[in-house]
Amino acid sequence: MSVLQISEVTKTFSGGTHAVNSFSLDVADGELVCLLGPSGSGKSTLLRMVGGFEQPTSGRITIDGEDVTHLPPERRPTGMVFQSHALWTHMNVFKNLAFGLKLRRMPASEIREKVEAVLELVGLAGYGDRMTTQLSGGQQQRVALARSLVLEPKILLLDEPFASLDQHLRERLREEVRDIQQRLGITTLFVTHGQDEALSMADRIVVMANGKTEQIGRPDVVYRDPKTPFVAGFIGTMNLVEGEVSNGQFTRSGFAFPLPIADGPATLAIRPESLDLTASDASKAKVHRVTDYGSHGLVDLDLADGTRLKSMVAHPDLFQAGQGVDPKPRAVAAYRNNQQIFRS
Amino acid sequence: MTSLTRTRSRIDWSGIAFAIVLTLLIVGPLVVVATWAFTEVWRYPNIIPQKFGFRFWGQTLGRPDVWNALMLSLKLSTVVTLLSALICLPAAYAFARMKFPGRDILFFSFLAGHAFPKFGLLVAIAAIFLQLNLIGTFWGVVLIQLVGTLMFMIWIPVAAFQAVDRRMEEAARDVGASPLRVFWSITLPQAGPTIFAAVLLSFVGTFYETEGAWLIGAPGIRTMPVLMISYINNQMVIQYGAVLSVLLWVPSFIALMFARRVIGGGAFARGFGG
Ligand SMILES: Nc1ncnc2c1ncn2[C@@H]1O[C@H](COP(=O)(O)OP(=O)(O)OP(=O)(O)O)[C@@H](O)[C@H]1O
Ligand SMILES: [Mg+2]
Repeated sequence: MSVLQISEVTKTFSGGTHAVNSFSLDVADGELVCLLGPSGSGKSTLLRMVGGFEQPTSGRITIDGEDVTHLPPERRPTGMVFQSHALWTHMNVFKNLAFGLKLRRMPASEIREKVEAVLELVGLAGYGDRMTTQLSGGQQQRVALARSLVLEPKILLLDEPFASLDQHLRERLREEVRDIQQRLGITTLFVTHGQDEALSMADRIVVMANGKTEQIGRPDVVYRDPKTPFVAGFIGTMNLVEGEVSNGQFTRSGFAFPLPIADGPATLAIRPESLDLTASDASKAKVHRVTDYGSHGLVDLDLADGTRLKSMVAHPDLFQAGQGVDPKPRAVAAYRNNQQIFRS
Repeated sequence: MTSLTRTRSRIDWSGIAFAIVLTLLIVGPLVVVATWAFTEVWRYPNIIPQKFGFRFWGQTLGRPDVWNALMLSLKLSTVVTLLSALICLPAAYAFARMKFPGRDILFFSFLAGHAFPKFGLLVAIAAIFLQLNLIGTFWGVVLIQLVGTLMFMIWIPVAAFQAVDRRMEEAARDVGASPLRVFWSITLPQAGPTIFAAVLLSFVGTFYETEGAWLIGAPGIRTMPVLMISYINNQMVIQYGAVLSVLLWVPSFIALMFARRVIGGGAFARGFGG
């Protein structure tokens, strides 16, 4: 029912920082889109513009076709969950959740029903009388989520809601949020700089750098087929090797790979799981370290000039530090001038 | 390890000694004054009075000028505190949250008035008030005491407003509250305990304020502290002064009790910690 459209939005702060630069994105009804990017890439700024807390310098934001670009937050059908949860510490849980409903002049009995239902939804039934300071970090974040959900917003905005929680809790809450989001079918924009979070939750991810889109797509597609070297290096672990192509051959310090592209400099991207190793003399590469993770192993190896590569191997006990190996990529992508020019 | 324990225990001892000295310094005079207030006969060289009693209480409280002064002081403190809150709290909010030209200079000027000897300032103001026919009037004293509360009522609330989490306010906007509603339902309650402390301080401070009340108020307006000073100056009976000063503790105690009820000790400390 609810569609979010962001068109050519730019935000320049008074100091001259281009936090968001001509950014466009359409979020479909019921879709969960993750904004992913390094610190300072403009994710929060973008989210805050959708929520109405920042005014775009230029561009348009519409929700279900209605232009909301210049509406204040209280008049937008959006609900935001902040990283710091921002619960009102002078109210108990019930009052935190009821505040927005009261502003909508809903009768008290109906408010009670709704609050209880949403507490149930986030797994906190019976916690209404608690003060927010008497809750654990995970519970506080659930209340913050409930506070937005209870108002049935058209667009749910989450800005790194789990960043302050430990790994274990983060994974659990992530799944819960995904569950709730799908059950309610609520259109969601989710900011994170944890890529595992993005890969596991999102219908689509948007990789941002310097306020611009690097790539938009389904998580598996972005992972398998990164369109720029930045995305290749940012999502998952990736070996990025700079070298020269001549006569259809990519070379870097004794390491060679046939690459059918025009001569010139190129960056070769190889996933550790796509880099096979065979024992050989030490002229091409030497094992630096072997890590055994039980289910698989990771071999760090150095090319002759010291370039470090990682390879994922099934049998780490076959390798030991100092041994010579011959790295053979099974699949690669090649980039030149920030563009992908080859993929196998 | 050993040296650590030794230094720690030494700090503890000096701390205890410090606390004892401080207690003697503060409580000692209070005890002496309180004892005098209930003394009828106390001659040298006895350590405790020969005769206790309420005779001087009866005499003091029997005087109409004492009651008039007490009522006047309460009225003055209330009016001054209310006016001060009305003027200062919005100003403090503006200082804390809004950006406007001249903001820093204005803020500084509020505080600068208190960096100079107060009496000189008072005399200058008195000269102006004389021209305006405000000398010896209730509103003249209100005005002068209002100036005296500005520092508490601006500085502390500014700190309180600045300490309120902006995200909390944004979250309230997000669920549909107008800026005014956010101020009323989120900002004010969050800053509340600290602001209450400032209001209390300004009430008590006004109640005890003497210089301005005397300089501007005399002779028509006589507040409790002014009355007490004139007693001490004009009569050699110690008990009058002692009874009055014990009476003057009453607002302090009431204020402290209020403070403890309305704000827990923790909140008080947190408020000042920012
Ligand atoms: N209010 C502001 N005034 C000036 N510059 C700002 C403001 N808010 C953000 N910026 C700048 O805009 C850029 C983008 O900031 P933003 O907070 O959107 O990054 P982010 O992607 O959310 O980073 P993080 O992952 O660290 O949260 C940064 O360079 C930041 O310094
Ligand atoms: Mg951010």
